[in-house]
Amino acid sequence: METSQITETINMVSEEHLDIRTVTMGISLLDTVAGTPQETAKNIYHKITTYAKNLVAVAQQIEREFGIPITNKRISVTPIALIAGKATPDDMLYYAHALDDAAKAVGVDFIGGYSALVQKGFANGDLALIKSMPRALTETDLVMSSVNIGSSKAGINLDAVKLMGETIKAITDKSDTANAKLVVFANAVEDNPFMAGAFHGVTEADVVINVGVSGPGVVKRALEKVKGEPIQIVAETVKKTAFKITRVGQMVGALAAERLGVEFGIVDLSLAPTPARGDSVAEVLEEIGLEMVGTHGTTAALMLLNDAVKKGGVMASQRVGGLSGAFIPVSEDAGMIDAVEAGILSLAKLEAMTSVCSVGLDMIAVPGDTEATTISAMIADEAAIGVQNNKTTAVRILPTNGTKVGDMVDYGGLLGTAPVMPVVPKSSADFINRGGHIPAPIHSFKN
Amino acid sequence: MAKAVVTVIGKDKPGIIAGVSNTLAEHHINILDVSQTIMSDIFTMSMLINLEKLDEEYNKLQDDLNGLGKQLNVEIHMQREEIFNAMSRV
Repeated sequence: METSQITETINMVSEEHLDIRTVTMGISLLDTVAGTPQETAKNIYHKITTYAKNLVAVAQQIEREFGIPITNKRISVTPIALIAGKATPDDMLYYAHALDDAAKAVGVDFIGGYSALVQKGFANGDLALIKSMPRALTETDLVMSSVNIGSSKAGINLDAVKLMGETIKAITDKSDTANAKLVVFANAVEDNPFMAGAFHGVTEADVVINVGVSGPGVVKRALEKVKGEPIQIVAETVKKTAFKITRVGQMVGALAAERLGVEFGIVDLSLAPTPARGDSVAEVLEEIGLEMVGTHGTTAALMLLNDAVKKGGVMASQRVGGLSGAFIPVSEDAGMIDAVEAGILSLAKLEAMTSVCSVGLDMIAVPGDTEATTISAMIADEAAIGVQNNKTTAVRILPTNGTKVGDMVDYGGLLGTAPVMPVVPKSSADFINRGGHIPAPIHSFKN
Repeated sequence: MAKAVVTVIGKDKPGIIAGVSNTLAEHHINILDVSQTIMSDIFTMSMLINLEKLDEEYNKLQDDLNGLGKQLNVEIHMQREEIFNAMSRV
């Protein structure tokens, strides 16, 4: 082995923030359903603490042996609305607390799957779960929640879009930061290891290990070496770097699954930033040649980046899944925050960017007096982009009471700090209040 | 055969190779390959070692090497070989 290859790997970790962002254990809860919510909650706690008992210890040992940090250890479970089909909103709290208690007992960072899939309509459990969210997300610490309100196959459930706008406002009235634990999806994926949107889909195996890799810093450093070269060289460089990063994810995931005695699921090869300088997707885009992220050309650069990451990663892993691409959360990315504060990166540009990257409007703070219907309309716009273009989109919009444009809101840890951004001051209420269902696009009829 | 790579980076001084080799010998570790250079006063060494006799005490050896690194004021990493192969070879 060549010394240069050894040095390259060591530098990626120590200087360029290469990490395994998460090892996420997906656990099916379909076999935990019992006669009462209390009994089911007990079964849920038991199953999670049995299978995930060694998750943290195994991940920590792998960190030691390979010298690669595994930033988060997480659990995702079957969407709780499916497990709690008969529950009332009050019953739902048993489930939320069972998840929270189990996550704390095994020492993971987050547990995802307090979720409902309502793209075509609501069942009893779905409505109960959504109604319980303001309490569930403020009374628990580690529980993460998601709701899928649209899909390319089913169209967009506008009633659900309206309800989610109201729910986000209701959560805001109880807590300044709990909204960061809720994401609203279109075309949600069933094997995503990233939070807040991780859940364990019903078509998944009983227990699996999914891995999310990261490393915007590594990509940026690689691109520094090809300054001024034609753009296809940029794409090639990103591909090669994504390949290397993903290979580490593949190795770690396979090993973790083997040691835990469960199936290995997928590698999600996303470029996920953290608030640390040098670990920013915005800085990668700027390295491609933009003075600041948000200027003209940002969407094109992001399209290239997102696509090249996928191409490089696909060959490096047995099975690729999740969201796989570039994430552009505002609060978690130092470069994005700078651009918003400088007035260069707007909500409109962010929306355009979401049409070519793997997620959506993520971790964006807006003033506390933003109307529920305005938030719903933002969700509808994002869902439209996802549904029409056969891609996942997600919305994590964070209204905070008592804030105005330009204030900073601190979400803590990996969630970072978000500058409050202006929203368009015209109403979308009559549109949202129509309710009903936006039909699926014509190209969904492929049967 | 399980192998690991030990890398040492830091300001050159007498006793670095001796210290690392002694610690490895105390753990009955065989050194398979060594590559070492000094670039503008910075000592860089990578060693390929055989872990066959060790697996039980991986963490202990790593702690000892980290301790030695602190004592010598150099950075010592010990990582299993597979991570380098995964990244650099198809």
